[in-house]
Amino acid sequence: MDLTVVILVEMLYAVASLILISAGLAVIFGMMKVINLAHGEFMMMGGYATITAVNLGVNIFMAMLIIAPIVVGLIGLVVERLVIRHLYGRLVDTMLATWGLSLFFIGLATMIFGNTTTGISTPIPGFAIGNYQINGYNFFIIVIAILLLIGMLAILKATRAGLIARGAMQRSDMAAALGYSPDRIYLATFFCGSALSGLAGAVLAPLVGLVPTSGGAYIAKAFITVIAGGPSLIAGLFSSAGFFGIVNQIFTFAISPVIGEVALLVAAVVLLRLLPQGITGKFFKGNF
Amino acid sequence: MSLNRRNFLASSAAFAGASMLPRIVMAADTIKLGSILDTSGIFDAYGKPMDMAARLAVDEINAAGGLLGKQVEVVAYDTQSDMALYSQYGQQLTRQDKVDVVHGGILSASREAIRQTMRKTKTPYFYNVLYEGGVCDRNIFINGVTPAQQVEALVPYAMGKSGKKVYILAADYNYGQITARWIQKFVADNGGETVGVDFFPLDVSDFGSTIAKIQSVGPDLVIAPLVGGAHLSFFRQWAAAGMKGRIPLASTTLGVGNEHKVLTPEEGNGIMVAYNYSQELDTPANNVFKDRWAAAYGDSDLIHEIAVSNYQGVMTWAEAVRQAESVDRDALISALESGLSIDGPAGKVTVDPRTHHAVLDVHIMEFENQGMKVIETLPQRQPIDTQAVCDLSANPDDNTQYEIEF
Repeated sequence: MDLTVVILVEMLYAVASLILISAGLAVIFGMMKVINLAHGEFMMMGGYATITAVNLGVNIFMAMLIIAPIVVGLIGLVVERLVIRHLYGRLVDTMLATWGLSLFFIGLATMIFGNTTTGISTPIPGFAIGNYQINGYNFFIIVIAILLLIGMLAILKATRAGLIARGAMQRSDMAAALGYSPDRIYLATFFCGSALSGLAGAVLAPLVGLVPTSGGAYIAKAFITVIAGGPSLIAGLFSSAGFFGIVNQIFTFAISPVIGEVALLVAAVVLLRLLPQGITGKFFKGNF
Repeated sequence: MSLNRRNFLASSAAFAGASMLPRIVMAADTIKLGSILDTSGIFDAYGKPMDMAARLAVDEINAAGGLLGKQVEVVAYDTQSDMALYSQYGQQLTRQDKVDVVHGGILSASREAIRQTMRKTKTPYFYNVLYEGGVCDRNIFINGVTPAQQVEALVPYAMGKSGKKVYILAADYNYGQITARWIQKFVADNGGETVGVDFFPLDVSDFGSTIAKIQSVGPDLVIAPLVGGAHLSFFRQWAAAGMKGRIPLASTTLGVGNEHKVLTPEEGNGIMVAYNYSQELDTPANNVFKDRWAAAYGDSDLIHEIAVSNYQGVMTWAEAVRQAESVDRDALISALESGLSIDGPAGKVTVDPRTHHAVLDVHIMEFENQGMKVIETLPQRQPIDTQAVCDLSANPDDNTQYEIEF
């Protein structure tokens, strides 16, 4: 019984962490069609922003939830102005450019922070479920992921800014004809996407040993989740993260963590063979 | 004196010739020590302190009058954490610079990239890093601890402090696989039982399910030869789940790259390890070494296990040159095979003539407030794993890296 609860929590946590690491990419790649290979590095910078802030004496939650997203969002702004805005609509070119960016950020982080592992410890103590001890921080991540989904849904669906952003992504010429500057809408959307990546990196930072190359560990999972999710932003994110997270954890508990990772990749291949447009290309159509 | 062009040319040529002459003599009059290490790129956390240690050793040798009346000159190449550069610079060191000895290589892959070049060109090669064991080659000398040396010391101590049921979490490549096998062997030899073994690729950083699984098995002890930044997450998540006080941890890798300074005291305290070196080793030799390091580089924070190995490697070579009264390879090997030993910062290091590995002091330690507190010193442990497969005195032409079977 206790073990069932523990497994359930670990599954929810796996789903939540997939949602977190994919949310920023869902905005930048899913909405804006920019293949951002520097997504992992945005997360890495979120982690470093958090650790630096905490070491400077800032409260850890403040550092994770406010400072890191803003810092990475601002870096995203600069990147958008200097590089990405010249490449909208050129899918393959964004891939090359952001790959270069990813190498640049790894180099930059190595110069500033050195090539050693750093980290901070988790702010929430573990607690017991029956005979089992479980990481209390898992619940924090689950809560953040839920709030994130609700927040994104609310902004995209219920606010005028969300409507304008969605409109501009679909037909930027129409948005321009109606008096909105696509240039500024893209800029703001890229800022949001980068900030979400920074938030993910920040929230996951206490769980890992951070090195400048840490971003590489997230990038494949993020792309798989977003691509398998399909055209709807939030329904896609939720359904594919849910599917992969559960598959991953079932095999992890039943066999081993390595098989869990393999199962995730096999599931992705099979899924994309059966549903080339992603989950929301067939189900939950018309949602966000 | 009037200075016309012809005079000027003649005199300056003579001057140039004269000033070059002593330098040529000087150049032939140094002993060249080749060093090949990753001092930039992703392995620089290992390579930079190793480079600093080698230079410190050479400076000390030179300050004491050099070797055979000559100064030792370092010819160093930075391989930038790129394995392809090892073969290139290995060639350059042996064929172009014609060095008398080569120290270096960090990962096993880098050692294997240059080992044959050193052998072919008859350049003595010192590999000064803890590694998976089994290399059998008369041209190479290795002074890092091998898995058996560590595990043989660590397992009985850790089991004595916890219990008989052991769970192993290891990195999924040759080092982790081999070390896990040794742990299983010594757990059985000490009357214990291995209740689980899990291997993790180097990029796995989420251990939540593993931590739950370990609890459902309920071992008395977890031994974790995990490697690298991603795997450091395990120790962090273990503490975050509140497991620290419940099941003791031991590791054969944590701390080599000074990881104990990255973990907070709450996360690290009490983790049991066994190495050749600890900064907290309170011996006169280590205190002198740390003072010299601090005098040369500002502070001694960067010193780690393999930096000290590299220092001891250079010192072992220097001692062999003194005894052989030559830098010639065969004379040097004979001197080293005579059971030569030196007293390094980590204790006495003796060359094992049969395997060209090292007989070393192994210190059992526990993490305490971001340091490694020495609990017990096991003097002069034999490299029993490599000894089981390699005998260079019986078979001097051997040139293999053995996989050690039980």
